[in-house]
Amino acid sequence: MAYTVVGQSVSRVDAVAKVTGKAKYTDDFSERDMLIGKVLHSPYAHAIVKSIDVSKAKALPGVEAVLTYKDLPEIRYATAMPGVIEAIATDEVSVAELKYGTAGHPFSLDSSHRDKEDRHILTQKARFVGDNIAAVVATDALIAAKALKLIEVEYEVLEALTSTEAALKEGAPLIHDDCERNILASGGYEIGNIEEAFKDSDHVIEGEYETSIVQHCHLENQVSHAYVDSDRRIVIMTSTQIPHIVRRIVAQSLGISWGRVRVIKPYVGGGFGNKQDVTIEPLNAAMSLAVGGRPVKLELSREEAMIDTRTRHAFKFKIKTGINQDGKINGIHISAVSNTGAYASHGHSIASSGGGKFRYLYPTKALKYDPITVYTNLPVAGAMRGYGTPQIFFAFESHIEDIAKKLNMDPIEIRKKNLVEVGFVEPLSKNKIMSCAIRECIDKGRELIKWDAKKALYKKQSGDKRRGLGMACFSYASGTYPVALELAGVRIVMNQDGSVQLQLGATEIGQGSDTVFAQMVAEILGLPMYMVHVISTQDTDITPFDTGSYASRQTYVTGMAVEKAALEIKQKVLGFCHSMTDTPAHLLDLKDQWIVFKESGEKVQALEVVAMQSYYDRVHAQPITSDVSNNARINAIPFGVTFAEVEVDIKTGKIKILEIYNVHDSGKIVNPLLAEGQVHGGVSMAIGYALSEQLLFDEATGKPLNNNLLDYKLPTIMDTPKIGAAFVEKEDPTGPFGVKSLGEPPIVSPAPAIRNAVLDATNVAFNRIPMTPQRVFEKLKEAGTI
Amino acid sequence: MFKRIAFTVNGKAYNFEVDVRESLLDVLRNHLGFTGAKQGCSVGECGACSVLIDGTPYDTCIYLAVWADGKEIRTIEGVAAKNGELSDVQKAFVEEGAVQCGFCTPGLVLTTTAMAESGKEFTQDEVKRELSGHLCRCTGYQNILKAAEKSLEGHVCTCVDSPHYKG
Repeated sequence: MAYTVVGQSVSRVDAVAKVTGKAKYTDDFSERDMLIGKVLHSPYAHAIVKSIDVSKAKALPGVEAVLTYKDLPEIRYATAMPGVIEAIATDEVSVAELKYGTAGHPFSLDSSHRDKEDRHILTQKARFVGDNIAAVVATDALIAAKALKLIEVEYEVLEALTSTEAALKEGAPLIHDDCERNILASGGYEIGNIEEAFKDSDHVIEGEYETSIVQHCHLENQVSHAYVDSDRRIVIMTSTQIPHIVRRIVAQSLGISWGRVRVIKPYVGGGFGNKQDVTIEPLNAAMSLAVGGRPVKLELSREEAMIDTRTRHAFKFKIKTGINQDGKINGIHISAVSNTGAYASHGHSIASSGGGKFRYLYPTKALKYDPITVYTNLPVAGAMRGYGTPQIFFAFESHIEDIAKKLNMDPIEIRKKNLVEVGFVEPLSKNKIMSCAIRECIDKGRELIKWDAKKALYKKQSGDKRRGLGMACFSYASGTYPVALELAGVRIVMNQDGSVQLQLGATEIGQGSDTVFAQMVAEILGLPMYMVHVISTQDTDITPFDTGSYASRQTYVTGMAVEKAALEIKQKVLGFCHSMTDTPAHLLDLKDQWIVFKESGEKVQALEVVAMQSYYDRVHAQPITSDVSNNARINAIPFGVTFAEVEVDIKTGKIKILEIYNVHDSGKIVNPLLAEGQVHGGVSMAIGYALSEQLLFDEATGKPLNNNLLDYKLPTIMDTPKIGAAFVEKEDPTGPFGVKSLGEPPIVSPAPAIRNAVLDATNVAFNRIPMTPQRVFEKLKEAGTI
Repeated sequence: MFKRIAFTVNGKAYNFEVDVRESLLDVLRNHLGFTGAKQGCSVGECGACSVLIDGTPYDTCIYLAVWADGKEIRTIEGVAAKNGELSDVQKAFVEEGAVQCGFCTPGLVLTTTAMAESGKEFTQDEVKRELSGHLCRCTGYQNILKAAEKSLEGHVCTCVDSPHYKG
């Protein structure tokens, strides 16, 4: 379809605020006499607090409160808050009942579908280095830091289980008492009969693959401030992707009713899934309650944020594939061990979701997935861009490359032979593929990188610097349906001049959602962009309900609600014009701030005149608004491919990316400039994942070794090659304007594509990322290449 | 311990006492309200807190406020014209899609501004080196580089035989 605003590279609606420093983030707001909160972290990975003495810390001038696990949940009865006691302490709630889950999922009325509740605000048992033992509230940061040092804790140190092997071994101590063998959860799926599929295959090929723990490293660390308002409710301003979910989880963590919490989310300095989790907010609320509701700020340092928020799950995979001589795959069996760290957070959902999104790419007669998610005494793993897919696609797209090599098949042809077609109904989710351009994406990528010419050129290299080409594909999803609720809320109010306010529960965290939603509204209402005013801040007291920014859901799921709300406004405008002009609404349309005849385009009435009448007509006045919710019970599957060319320096083990292209089938692209930006960012994060990034821990103690931006190797501008982004636009019939998701997909396939290019260059298969120079050097030496 | 210091921020003179332990970032953000400078790491790794001190970009999280005595400071709030018109560098960042979450943006705009105002010529590698003190997790730096090059139009040298070219 031809659109005028959708599909255009309009500038971000918040760009001017951000280049002038006017965009305000959580820490740019302050309350008068704001106190500072700080956390005492456990120095041990696994230990029990035998005794804790806070008297010296409490005696330090400037210290307003010191909290330990003993004070929670009693903090709810804080005597310093007259009036609040009777308001919130209605029932006796035991400590055990105040365990809560932190994952930013919509609440489920089905208790068996809820996240594991395994966390207290402060703990008596440390489960990772950095766990929250006690907290201090003081008049300034220096006093708070000094007070932390005055807290005397006696620990009984337990064995630190720093790997899944250690956690699973017979007789290992339990990190959580209710989880046998430290297994949080297990269970995947089986489609067809895998053993029969292997029997029917000409070849059965096996491989093992491993990914590492990495961290989001959004530039803005977790920060919030909390106070109790005059209506005795807790107000929290926080840097989050999920304000409505934060409200619920803070209330659950304190055992108070949900309506007593108000959450405000201003501009956010990146999230990448880490802020799809509730990390500091419950403690921040408790801190304020401990000082009579006065405002308290809780801000994590970079060193804290890198270990005491969330990380990406490290996975170990074993894959067995049955394949025929012609390249057709009969069956795939994937076993996976996922390291979830000390607490559940998103836990087994990561393994499940990765395995779920994988099912769309290569439908086979039989597919078996056996994941287990294991607790260890390492930082908590949670949601991170891709949510389990970068791991499983690294494994499988490496594996299929190994198969192609073993069977002497073309790596592109073997994939094409097995790729999904439109009309495929995935047997477990029942999601149907309504659009699919993966083949066109592959063809485009192949052309962009000049695959065929270079492949011929790079045969039989023997020098110190060897070049190679690799590619890898992926499938994803647009939101979580049918696994979880996909509800989005949107409100539009038309002003007297015909401009509108657009208010969303969906959150802008940098990805550009506010801009694409405004484009959708401008398109439907025939308005220029400057007449669509997006209210970027979410406030749970005011903002419509939407579960937030995750699962690449917003453009697709919230987009449906935006479309619905804008169409309602349009209908009301045309209806009002009908009543003013006696021209039937169905003959009318909106264009360039005019109500026009749909067929001829002839002007009927200026939009501004209708808008003014809607406010001030003495008989018919009724301002034009819409306030809608949309429950998206459908999903659209995006696809894509990475093509990479590398040069491996055999003598140093250094891998240089010469060219890299991501080609995406994300349906209609609403804003090409912003879409390219998403691809650039995802690919660069994936390059770090493939080549340099890994959170390191001392194996014996679980102490982090590189939780800072100097030792953790985040790519700089010097490390990042030119990244090519391309799209094959096939409109999906289910999405608003034909869109499918794009936020997370760019990170999924670059790592295996780079790995496959290194294999092409060196003839050595690297089955573990990151491929740091040291690991590459050692492996090349082992392989006899050096 | 407190010490009296005097400096200008965006052309306006300030003269007041600061705690000698405070960073320039603390003073700019918490006392003077220049919240455009962001704190991303507190130890000079990420560049989000950059401002121009006598025209040169510095990480203010590791620059003591007392060192700013007598200096001219320029923050992101002082880059656009007083009537709100964006500078060429800001326009380039907007137009090239160099902004996503925006947390690294003020620092990058300021360092690019320093380069543009220096009148020097740069190769693309030199532009990258100048910007390499700023970490960005959203953009993969692609459009930031484009915006910087656009800002330096006529001053980015691509010819191999240039004295700036270090290949």
